[in-house]
Amino acid sequence: MSIYAYLVAGYLVLIGSYGIVRSRHMVHAVVSLSVAQAGTYVLLLAVGYQNGATAPVFGSTTKPSTDVVDPVVQAMALTDIVVSATVTALLLALAVQVNKRHGTVDPDELAALKG
Amino acid sequence: MTRRTRLTIFLVGAGCVAAMFVLAVLGMPEFGGSHHVYRDLAVHAAVLHRTANVVSSVNFDQRAVDTFGEETILITSVVAAAVLLRPAEGETERRIPRTGRNLAGTRLLGYVLVPVTAIVGLDLVIHGHVTPGGGFQGGIVLATGLHLLYVTGSYPALDRLRPISAFDVTDALGAATFGAVGLAGLGFAGSFLTNIMPWGTFGQLFSAGTVPVLNVAVGLEVFGGMVVLLAKFLQQDITVASKGEDGEA
Amino acid sequence: MTALIVLVLTLVAVAGTATVMADAPERQAVTLSVFGLALVMVFMVLQAPDVALSELGVGTAIVPLMVMLAIRTMRKDRRERSGSGDGDDRGDDS
Repeated sequence: MSIYAYLVAGYLVLIGSYGIVRSRHMVHAVVSLSVAQAGTYVLLLAVGYQNGATAPVFGSTTKPSTDVVDPVVQAMALTDIVVSATVTALLLALAVQVNKRHGTVDPDELAALKG
Repeated sequence: MTRRTRLTIFLVGAGCVAAMFVLAVLGMPEFGGSHHVYRDLAVHAAVLHRTANVVSSVNFDQRAVDTFGEETILITSVVAAAVLLRPAEGETERRIPRTGRNLAGTRLLGYVLVPVTAIVGLDLVIHGHVTPGGGFQGGIVLATGLHLLYVTGSYPALDRLRPISAFDVTDALGAATFGAVGLAGLGFAGSFLTNIMPWGTFGQLFSAGTVPVLNVAVGLEVFGGMVVLLAKFLQQDITVASKGEDGEA
Repeated sequence: MTALIVLVLTLVAVAGTATVMADAPERQAVTLSVFGLALVMVFMVLQAPDVALSELGVGTAIVPLMVMLAIRTMRKDRRERSGSGDGDDRGDDS
């Protein structure tokens, strides 16, 4: 079962997308988007993992050597997490304004509004 | 199209994606294997630049241009969300309404924990190149720590401690510092965001050149940005009301 | 591929499913927080303390707080819209 981590990552992306497709409330869709994004973080970190290696931080107890997990994918995931929080905030602000203008946040009802 | 049609199309598509994904994963190198080319190169470069936290080195030294782009996304989203959440034409801001009852002990806990969290956040930002941490994590901890005041029931105290224009300026200052350090690298060494400051000794506070400076810049920016975002959401919830109502005591 | 890794990954998959399947957004805010905590455990087990610190602040505290504030604002706006005319909508049972 050595591909289990990748399978969980793919499952998270697909279940997040299913939540977006099926949702009846814009905030529900935004939260499902967060779940889908988390799947990509798990995939990145699973790619960089090595059995028996330690974290890529050196100090007085860990001398510099290459027996660490991949730091490049960790760098990608960590900036991504913070930036996606602000993008989620932007989407929530959009949802709040849509609710003010149209009185509803159901995506199916919103598609029918014109003008 | 109806919901049922949309769901069916999605399930068919998801099935194909899942099948292709499983096929792709079966051809990948094994999970937990030891063949990581970029890891060897990145660790070697980080040790060369005397940075103990290799992830910070990748973020602020080796791939600093990517981080510059990401923090531009951050400040743009904060500005856009703040614009979207302004009180509209028919709305006005009223005084903070009297809060409900909450225990004095809870509020005391909030007051005591705010400076503790602030110190932890500052430590994460400043020692980001030596221990796990950095500008992003420290900025988030600082912003969350400040909002402990709201969570434990003292929104008026939070409002006094948090002049929004000051945090707007902090946000912009962080982003501008990052750009300025990059331009200094361009001026002194010929390429944007080069590590031009002295590299120092491995594992000390003053090591790794520009990495601590960029950590502080990003920490300021994330702190300012998150506080502005949360302030706008809190304002929408607590103080903004439509003009038709009477002002409430 | 130890048992610990399998366990935390399963926990993440279950928490993700629970977050998506919760229909009311206010319930989703809490399950999102639990999902964030499960992700922090995965990141720690996969030897990534920096990423775990990021996710801890963002996924457990900031995003659920913003989701709950957005829901409260929407409910308040809807109440004001439907009850426009009577000026007293002090009821804050949400």
